[in-house]
Amino acid sequence: MDGATAIVRGALDAKCTFFAGYPITPASQILMAMMRDLPRQGGVAVQGEDEIASIGMCIGAVMGGARAMTATSGPGMSLYSENLGLAVMGEIPLVVVDVQRMGPATGAATTVGQGDVQFARWGTSGGYPLIVLAPSSVPECYTLTVRAFDLAERFRCPVVLLTDKELNLTMRTVASADFVAPRVGDRPAPTGEGDRPYRYEPPGAVPPMRRFGDERVRFTGSTHDERALITKDPEVVGALNRHLAAKIDEHTDEIEMVASDLQDGADTLVISYGITAGAARSAAAEMRAAGRAVSVATVHSLWPVPERSLREAMTEVRRVVVAELNLGQYRREIEPLAGAREVVGVHRVDGELIAPEEIAEAVG
Amino acid sequence: MTVTIRPPGTYRNERSFPFCPGCGHVAILDALDAALVRRGIDPARVVIVSDIGCSGLSDQYFATSAFHGLHGRSITYATGIKLADPTLEVVVVMGDGGTGIGGAHLLSAARRNVGITVLVFDNLNFGMTGGQHSTTTPPGALTSTTPSGNLEQPLDIAATAAVNGAAYVWRGTSYDADLTDRIVEAMETPGFSLLDIWEPCTAYFVRSNKVSRKGLSEIMESLGLEAGVLARRDVPEYSAEYRRVNAGSAPAPPPEGIEPEFESALDRRFVLVLAGAAGGKIRSAARFVGIGAMLSGLWVAQRDEYPITVRSGHSISTLALDSSPIEHTGTNDPDLLIALAPEGAATGRRWLSAMTEADEVLALPGVAGEIETSARVSVLDPAAVPGRLGPTEVALAAAVAGVVHAGLFPEEAVAEAVRRAGGRHAERNLAAVRAGALLGAELG
Repeated sequence: MDGATAIVRGALDAKCTFFAGYPITPASQILMAMMRDLPRQGGVAVQGEDEIASIGMCIGAVMGGARAMTATSGPGMSLYSENLGLAVMGEIPLVVVDVQRMGPATGAATTVGQGDVQFARWGTSGGYPLIVLAPSSVPECYTLTVRAFDLAERFRCPVVLLTDKELNLTMRTVASADFVAPRVGDRPAPTGEGDRPYRYEPPGAVPPMRRFGDERVRFTGSTHDERALITKDPEVVGALNRHLAAKIDEHTDEIEMVASDLQDGADTLVISYGITAGAARSAAAEMRAAGRAVSVATVHSLWPVPERSLREAMTEVRRVVVAELNLGQYRREIEPLAGAREVVGVHRVDGELIAPEEIAEAVG
Repeated sequence: MTVTIRPPGTYRNERSFPFCPGCGHVAILDALDAALVRRGIDPARVVIVSDIGCSGLSDQYFATSAFHGLHGRSITYATGIKLADPTLEVVVVMGDGGTGIGGAHLLSAARRNVGITVLVFDNLNFGMTGGQHSTTTPPGALTSTTPSGNLEQPLDIAATAAVNGAAYVWRGTSYDADLTDRIVEAMETPGFSLLDIWEPCTAYFVRSNKVSRKGLSEIMESLGLEAGVLARRDVPEYSAEYRRVNAGSAPAPPPEGIEPEFESALDRRFVLVLAGAAGGKIRSAARFVGIGAMLSGLWVAQRDEYPITVRSGHSISTLALDSSPIEHTGTNDPDLLIALAPEGAATGRRWLSAMTEADEVLALPGVAGEIETSARVSVLDPAAVPGRLGPTEVALAAAVAGVVHAGLFPEEAVAEAVRRAGGRHAERNLAAVRAGALLGAELG
């Protein structure tokens, strides 16, 4: 099974009912499989006229009651940018898959890359939090897709599933026991308070999701009051913008996902994510077999940065190795957490995967 | 629960419109309200979708459901809303500015015929941002960005929608007495409907260009643009049609498991590379070998490498095989590379130069001469075995030869993978597996 198939299975099991996407290598396999399989369980899948339309349709469909996903690659994420902001401001649960390829621009469509790590986080104007998850194996493509739907529902926000060409298209043996779907929260029943669709109290609370038709509901991408009416009132706007940040920042414990495999006596921790984490785990296994102690942490929730788990994982080591297919985009997030520890980057941007031997060499 | 909805006398709320004196928006929105009253739909089920510009303020003055989105994208949101819940009455309110920036959406919506109604508030310029020219500004017109007169030809929104398949298209002005009737007609149309409603922008366009009440119609006429109903088609509505064609289809079956039926003595990671050319069935050969390996109890990763073209250039499949789970799918140093075409050998040069005497290369006769490597090179000649292999069967035969030669697992496992896949090529592929086994045996 490849990652694309696992993502589609995850979406179907998370009861995704709407998908829209535009063909782009190496994400098209998700579009094609959703076009084939989603209508077979009563959902709707559409090929939009472009990426802007695709994510726009998804946002509209969510307000029409759907649970929605879209999938693209870096160049498509560029076109998603404005509507990612709309989904943040309008508080739309939406799963956005970014199958990274080598960039910038057209880059290399059929070549692996992990260059969208900061872009996925900061890819829209205004600078508000996005949740970004990164599977590092095919079964995780499944479980984290389901998890992405749950977090999107929980926090009424877009959740980016950051994967890559290698993970998406390389076919691998998987064990069916690893495909256990986390639970996805349901939307609350209508309460007759649809005229206040953006009422939150306290600031970190998430307003219940409502849909058109059950009651009169308004959606807006402009600064708004709790009735979704446009306002510039500093008190209301300030509270709204703090709310958009607080609803995620105050709940990082619910979002953090780091798989730490710590070894007693290890002086070095290898931190990685996505496809590169496989090489890191492989390096650790080989080093341990050779009698060299090493700890390894796979970051599954890239954003918000899982600071608590990462600090914990670093406690016993004096060196941290960060391996990623870019020039240090996540290393810069690790450095402030590392204190006096030495932080070493293993980076490649030549289209080749980082090999376990390169990580082992950096560990020393 | 059944709720009886009494049609309201108005779909407006208590707020008064914020528009400039004389602005055409008021007349259009009054007509929309009158049309909604005539339709008598539950206001919760009416969704007014707006985007940016003065027209984008409109939804706030209605006691209906509403979606206020980004500039020029309202048709995309409306499409999603209607596809998710076809029972909703979805009305888009957008300006000529939005029609310009969202032109691709307009074309596609007309072609797709999702049952939404689009009202274009066409005031021939950007009103909110300072009277700049838009896609519908007439040639020669003065705007804040065409101080010497507009040099561009206007976009004919209505004709564009009509020629691209929209179910209902009308063009007129905000002064037209039949505007409400036309809006009702548009809403009653099952497919995509669009009304291109010309109207005065009293802040900018009509002031800069001295346009009178009759002036809009005169401009329309001078440009040769027809008014009235331009298209009325009996076409299927997309969201209903989508559900019709997909009705009764069974859910996708869950993936089938592969249980080991054969045995492999492999106790380490082994990387086999098939380096060929597009069209040579490299990936499908690798797939059969990979499933054969799984049937022999091995863990497998198949990584395919190809250029962006489809039927030209290299095609390389890397198979990593191991007795334990595979965390790393890449390779710098394959154990066995099978060179099937010059394109594959050329792209695989990085591996060939990294391979050592412990590794091995099997090359087809035409390719062997191009191999530069420290690895041991043997020639694999498909013509050396009985039966003639077609060009799409060589890769599978060569891959099986490699499997047999390296003693990875029984070739019968690959044959079983071929049988399970079935299809019209199964017999030929089984012949290729047999030929490959013979070739492999000959290599020793």
